[in-house]
Amino acid sequence: MNRIALQMLLGDRAKYLGLIFGIMFATLLISQQTSIFVGILIRTAGQILDVYEADIWVMDPRVKFFEEIEPLPDTAVARVRGVPGVQWGVPFFRGQVVARSTDGMLQQIMLLGLDDATLTGAPRKMIMGNLEDLRRPDSVIMDRDGFNFIWPGEEMKLGKVIELNDRRAEIVGFCETTPPFVTTPVVYSRYSNAMKYVPPRSKQLSYVLVKAGEGQTPEELCKKITAQTGFAAYTWREWAWKTVGYILARTGIPINFGITIALGFIVGSAIAGQTFYLFVVENLKQYGALKAIGVSNGRILLMVLLQALVVGVIGYSLGIGLAAMFFEFAGKNAPALRGFFLPWEVAVGAFVAIMTIVLLVSVFSVRKVLVVDPAIVFRG
Amino acid sequence: MSQASQTSMSAATLATAPVAIECRAITKEFVNGDMVTPVLRGVDLEFPAGEMGFLVGPSGCGKTTLISIIAGILTPTDGEVTVFGRDIQHLSAGQKTRFRRENVGFIFQQYNLLPALSAVENAAIPLIAAGLPYREATAAAAELLSRLDMGDHLKKQPRQLSGGQQQRVAVARALVHQPKLVVCDEPTAALDAHTGHRVLELLRAIALSPDRAVIVVTHDNRIFEFADRIAHMDDGRILDIERNGHQRIPGASGATHTATARHGGSHHV
Repeated sequence: MNRIALQMLLGDRAKYLGLIFGIMFATLLISQQTSIFVGILIRTAGQILDVYEADIWVMDPRVKFFEEIEPLPDTAVARVRGVPGVQWGVPFFRGQVVARSTDGMLQQIMLLGLDDATLTGAPRKMIMGNLEDLRRPDSVIMDRDGFNFIWPGEEMKLGKVIELNDRRAEIVGFCETTPPFVTTPVVYSRYSNAMKYVPPRSKQLSYVLVKAGEGQTPEELCKKITAQTGFAAYTWREWAWKTVGYILARTGIPINFGITIALGFIVGSAIAGQTFYLFVVENLKQYGALKAIGVSNGRILLMVLLQALVVGVIGYSLGIGLAAMFFEFAGKNAPALRGFFLPWEVAVGAFVAIMTIVLLVSVFSVRKVLVVDPAIVFRG
Repeated sequence: MSQASQTSMSAATLATAPVAIECRAITKEFVNGDMVTPVLRGVDLEFPAGEMGFLVGPSGCGKTTLISIIAGILTPTDGEVTVFGRDIQHLSAGQKTRFRRENVGFIFQQYNLLPALSAVENAAIPLIAAGLPYREATAAAAELLSRLDMGDHLKKQPRQLSGGQQQRVAVARALVHQPKLVVCDEPTAALDAHTGHRVLELLRAIALSPDRAVIVVTHDNRIFEFADRIAHMDDGRILDIERNGHQRIPGASGATHTATARHGGSHHV
């Protein structure tokens, strides 16, 4: 009877394609919007995740998320290094400065100052130039998207000069970074060099990056650092989640995306549900004939579930394929969407959601079949 | 000599023929909210095996309800139904489904073929439903369709077939699992006279045997000649039973309307 169920499904091309389209659309909406949401969350913590060398981020206890800086005194580095269990601790600066290109274009950028000696927190992937060139005077490394943002359509060229807060900076390299939450160019510099680009203040240090020593868990070391220095200390994972949590709690992003995802779910359910329901209802007489002939309710239930499963899997596959293509295409062609991707967790979640829709709809529809009086077949 | 008289069994055979369908004081009421609609008002009926029995009467007289009960689709409100010795009104829903699958073949007015399936697949459905592998089921269905002159149309879908051809597929579907009882609801209503006759001829030739029976609900008096006996119904009751189109057996409330040799005596036949 499975073969018959499939032939019934495939026999009505228009409805079959309608069902596939509905489920594909729902899958696309759910997975694409959820992935963008996840991408935005990752972006909020992108600069934390990019610093792969450090186990722990130390900061002022009043800091709530990555982009909100409450500077530490310069002595903080030495105090943190003095905590037992710390293998090394280095300064890290994060600030906003205004960049001016030689053609007069102004652009707010994110400036990251790396430890002069170790360049801890440096970009992982250089596209052009050499990381060591960062040790040259007035040198900076800019991310590719930042360059394209400031000089759209121009070819990347080393040696380009910009002004950061009216001080000269030469671009000695281009790199790839996780795009920040707000699409601004990211510029790397040595810590000492970065201090020249920002207005003088009594306290400038944003974070102390720490590596835990042998046999020391980062979590325990965080407690020790806090206890001994009074600074807040988080593992990189805790700090990333704290930043994500702040964005979730303090912005309308989750609500807006939640609404979009919910709408995708509802619209997709409505399209798929209505089409499948109509498919079942319009075949009611055929099911009635099968029941009269002696096909049991259980077997008919399995037939309908099989039909639902088939359209669910095909519709989902097409939808998730389109979502993957979207991110592949958008990532290459739209700088604002670079870094967005389709996480496997979203793909799995969308599959569960779509199958839930399909099964709920089929169970709802099949109720009509199960209660249909086989005597319906005697009515002309 | 009529078609029926040519093919019906002799009186001697009738005297020993088993009863195919036996209805005793069948009532059926449909309840919709507070409204109760009586459709059958105490039907007594017997049809012997080896015969083709017709149920005739005006629309709404209860013919379809009665064959639905006989086929194990509907349950009577009261009374007893026995089909080939099996008391079916007390079967559970699952048992009735199984009973229909194994013992009943259906031919519907609108054929009710599955449009997505080919002729041979449609005809094979009862065997597939009974668990026979697809290949074997379609092979058996193909053989039967060939006997019904449909050998050249096995792979065609219903929309590619004429009404008569579709009805022959429906006949094959009703007979492929060799049911004891074949129930036909207005089998010729959508067919022209010639095609209708052909379908009935095939039905008599293939479906009838001493241990089987065919019951036909019809308005079509052009095919009455195929009946071994005709039960006239009106207002939820059997009015009389006509044997071979020659003799009427008057009905009486509460009495057994039987024309079989066993109950009614050979003088009725």
